[in-house]
Amino acid sequence: MLADKDRIFRNLYGFHDSGLDGARRRGAWDGTKFFIDKGHDWIINEVKASGLRGRGGAGFPTGLKWSFMPKNDPRPSYLVVNADESEPGSCKDREILRHDPHLLIEGILLASFSMRAHSCYIYFRGEYIRERERFQRAVDEAYGAKLIGRGNVHGWDLDIIVHHGGGAYICGEETALIESIEGKKGQPRLKPPFPAGCGLYGAPTTVNNVESIAVVPDILRRGASWFGSLGKPNNTGTKLFQISGHVERPCVVEEEMGIPLKELLEKHAGGVRGGWNNLLAVIPGGSSVPCITADVCDEMTMDFDALSKAKSGLGTAAIIVMDKSTDIIKAISRISYFYKHESCGQCTPCREGCGWMWRVMERMVKGDARKAEIDLLFDVSKQVEGHTICALGDAAAWPVQGLIRNFRGVMEDRIDQRQKALKEAAE
Amino acid sequence: MAVRRLHPDQPQTFEFTPENLAWAQATISKYPPGKEASAVLPVLWRAQEQHDGWLPEPAIRVVAEMLGMAYIRVYEVATFYTMFQLAPVGKRAHVQVCGTTPCMLRGAEDLIKVCKSRIHSEPHHLSADGAFSWEEVECLGSCANAPMVQIWKDTYEDLTPESFAAVLEGLAKGESPKPGSQIGRTASCPIGGPTTLTDATLFDASSIGAWKKRFDEAEATVATIGVANPAATVAAAPAPAPAATATSPAGPVAQSTTPAEAVAATGGAATSGAPGETGGYAGQSGALAAVGADNGPPLPAKPQLLDAPRDGKGDDLGLIWGVGDKLHEKLNQMGIWHFSQIADWTPAEVAWFEAEMQGFKGRVERDKWIEQCRKLATGWRPENEAGERPKG
Repeated sequence: MLADKDRIFRNLYGFHDSGLDGARRRGAWDGTKFFIDKGHDWIINEVKASGLRGRGGAGFPTGLKWSFMPKNDPRPSYLVVNADESEPGSCKDREILRHDPHLLIEGILLASFSMRAHSCYIYFRGEYIRERERFQRAVDEAYGAKLIGRGNVHGWDLDIIVHHGGGAYICGEETALIESIEGKKGQPRLKPPFPAGCGLYGAPTTVNNVESIAVVPDILRRGASWFGSLGKPNNTGTKLFQISGHVERPCVVEEEMGIPLKELLEKHAGGVRGGWNNLLAVIPGGSSVPCITADVCDEMTMDFDALSKAKSGLGTAAIIVMDKSTDIIKAISRISYFYKHESCGQCTPCREGCGWMWRVMERMVKGDARKAEIDLLFDVSKQVEGHTICALGDAAAWPVQGLIRNFRGVMEDRIDQRQKALKEAAE
Repeated sequence: MAVRRLHPDQPQTFEFTPENLAWAQATISKYPPGKEASAVLPVLWRAQEQHDGWLPEPAIRVVAEMLGMAYIRVYEVATFYTMFQLAPVGKRAHVQVCGTTPCMLRGAEDLIKVCKSRIHSEPHHLSADGAFSWEEVECLGSCANAPMVQIWKDTYEDLTPESFAAVLEGLAKGESPKPGSQIGRTASCPIGGPTTLTDATLFDASSIGAWKKRFDEAEATVATIGVANPAATVAAAPAPAPAATATSPAGPVAQSTTPAEAVAATGGAATSGAPGETGGYAGQSGALAAVGADNGPPLPAKPQLLDAPRDGKGDDLGLIWGVGDKLHEKLNQMGIWHFSQIADWTPAEVAWFEAEMQGFKGRVERDKWIEQCRKLATGWRPENEAGERPKG
């Protein structure tokens, strides 16, 4: 288990003062000027060396992403922080935003400086109203203490603009988020050009998740080698895990990357309801990744590489636990409804496919289908996957594919049962 | 996608109150000149708050005029984002029940039953007294506190049908029930107390200044080795980048051909002993690179090369469209093993590479190697082993 001294988010639950004084006592804003004086590239290299991979779901190396920003461009550069936390199962950024906002603000300053940006936009999901108010207070505090703003003590001018959305999941996709800040519908852009070349207002932009930015000050303070020594190779550092569903004590907790799933659930969440043997399946990374079955969970470790090897993914590390009382077909069908509801409607395979998959899934829940339709459903999901501008199409297809791969027997039984019931009723 | 339309009964006019108008002007001024449209979501949201929690059609016109946007653009936004209520909602409370899987697993369906019996059998309909309305919404981001509802700005978490009914009862009486967990938890801390963050030294300011130690130690090491040798400085840096330690012993500095590259390569290490001098170096290397960009082709600069692949295994560079077995081998011989190496190349480094590979000029650009490698470095794989032909 991760030692307390190695934890980054020390006020995760809000037991302590989330204001500037409290944050300073926990070590925030300590040495910031020193790191800025070391230069743009030093910061990027430290982040690269730490092995930090983006915490928003895709796991792209953060330092590498930053290095794509042009170094001498007449246009302004922008950092955009993605606080549009909407992936079902995810609730980690919320805790950072309302309880440890100064870690994020300090991270924003360091990241903006390393990418030569003087403005940072932070995009809150519309529903996080209290969180936004709390964060705005922290930003005002930082302006007041001259930590950010024009002519601040760090010698790098920075404005933080707090922006909010209107309740659209798709705005968590980086280019949809940019469109939304520009005042348009949140429909993803075709890439290339990538945001680093042409992003917000047509200028070079990097979009990062809240957690990715908020860990940066601690990486610089304690060193890339410290962060790199935690976790597993290529999957370094600490991670906020969010445990929901059928566990005794659902919670958000910071742990080492690569922690065994079973240990994580039993140490922090009181274990699966009814004991480990009562486990049916786990969705390990938020609704968009395929579920894994109980026997796979026994040995599973929570990191990008192990989970992708098991044909699933770490995503945002939002763990949705389902015990044996779960109607797994219904649980996945509800996810299909989610994607049907949240598709932006831009690409036909997704707009039509998500609704189609949900309607078939609803019939599967009742067993009102032919067995051949399971193959058809799989086939259609493959036609949605990879044929859309953004990854929402993939995200809608994967849970369905995971269900069919792992629980085909359950689906067939459901169909048999209904056939049998119909036959008996007819007799 | 949800089909959303405006309500048939609309008020004749809408006007912001003076306070809200001032607030809207201040919000618009947060965005760069000419980008007023960026304020459309916050300003529409304020209009909805002012108008009893739903957005009337005249408000869309007012906002469009205020921001200099076409009416249809604001209309699009209002109907696209589902937090904009397009029909009247309950005066006391519009209840948004999260119904997505994590909440469903912990009993959101029972909360919806309460809504149906207590408020109206259908979502988006007013209760008989006009005080309440409800809808099922998609994940509200409080999954560790499921099931939960949001009413106006606040969330009510860890609900049971009983505690939810009590919240509604309180609101009906004009009280303000306490938001947050309804079972006395603090935020998303596990029930019964935290399993982590119990070390009191985390909160007593004892960690302040601790970070300095590793820099002081590094400085001391540098002093004993002697600062004259920049390669040694790289090795002595407290947290050497894996790529930097793997570089050939001669070091990137000795072989690099441009001053810009030399400055950039030594930047981190060389400045660790002299923080006072760091201000200029980054800008300087930027300026030099700019000179390269403006005056024809950039001066070649050697990219980072590796003696051996990281973790003992190189990427399959053959997956880059335009790279065959022969070239793959050649790249490895030069010390290029990973997509991420190529993805990082600057124009100067491309120039160096193309000069090394005689008769190669323009190919990296033409075949979009860097673009391909950025994509490949994310873990994406082409359908065909020869790679995917870049478009355009």
